[in-house]
Formats: sequence, C-alpha cells, structure tokens
Amino acid sequence: MAIAWRRDVDAVLSEAKAQGRHILLDFSAAPT
Amino acid sequence: MTENFLAARIHVREQPDEWRRFGERYGVQWTPTIVILDPSGTERHRIEGFLPADDFLAQLALGLAHSAFARQQFGEAERRFREVVERFPDSDAAPEALYWAGVARYKATNDPSALEQTAQAFAQKYQDSAWAKKASVWRKPPQSSGVEGQPRA
Repeated sequence: MAIAWRRDVDAVLSEAKAQGRHILLDFSAAPT
Repeated sequence: MTENFLAARIHVREQPDEWRRFGERYGVQWTPTIVILDPSGTERHRIEGFLPADDFLAQLALGLAHSAFARQQFGEAERRFREVVERFPDSDAAPEALYWAGVARYKATNDPSALEQTAQAFAQKYQDSAWAKKASVWRKPPQSSGVEGQPRA
C-alpha cells in the first residue's frame, strides 16, 4: 500500500477541490 | 483504494505551524489521526490510532461511503457500504458498514423493509457487535398467535 504523502497541505486541499477528490490528512508523530 | 485520495501529512515536530492551524481546525488530540475530508475540506470520517493495513483500507472505504451518505447520495453510499462488508468482512468497519447500508437503502427508497432486512442480516453475522444491538430495534415483532378479539392471558 503506497501512499504519496505530501507536506504542502494548502496545495493538496486546493487540488482536491479542483479535482473533486477526497483527502487523507495525516497528523503524525512517527519518526521520519 | 488509496487512488481515490490526495494525501497530506503534518508532522507534530517538523511542521508546528501547520500542526497548530490544521490541528485546531479539525480538533486533533492524538497521533496518529487521519482525517478523511471531502473535496470541499469537510471532515467525513477519521481514524485515530494505528491500524493494520486491511483495517486501514476498510476504514478508507468506510470514509468514502460516509461521505456519499452525508452528501445524500444514498445509492452510491449503499454500494460503498456493501463493498466494505464484501471486501473486508473481518474488519471492525464491516458491521458498521452493514448497518449504514441498510440506512442508506431506507433513505433512498423510504421502504422500512430495508431496515428489517438489515436486522435479519445481523442475526446471521456480527451478532456481538454494537451495530447489531442498534439494528435490533428494526426487527419485525413476531406475529401474535392469539385469536383476534381474545386477549392472551
């Protein structure tokens, strides 16, 4: 299961709205 | 399943400004929390805490179904709820999806038999779930065997 997580949250929200797609917004504290 | 979504991650230590802004907006109190938003940015479902892959995918599918339901697209919602039950029958999402599939059909048709059939389905599976208890109120009462006009003792 590969998910392309992005950090530019505002851009993701804008793109999702324009494309009519849902959004996964992950709040994480996992080691990076 | 994941191709249905755009995905963004906010790290508590590495993105403190975004964490504060979006954490307050969506009321996030714990990690990991994954919020499923519809295209307008409205929350439709959330996952709090770690889940194994299959359960995680089931929750994503459940989120899409709840989103369709919230937008009153009841036919799509029922299809998506039933898909959760079929694809992820052993997940915690399955009994919840079975319950809401019945509600979605009822909302689409206004036919109360959709709820009775859901209660019957819970007699066959997920009997110990909280959703089975919720659906139990939809069971059709048993037919009285008493003779009409003669109250039973």
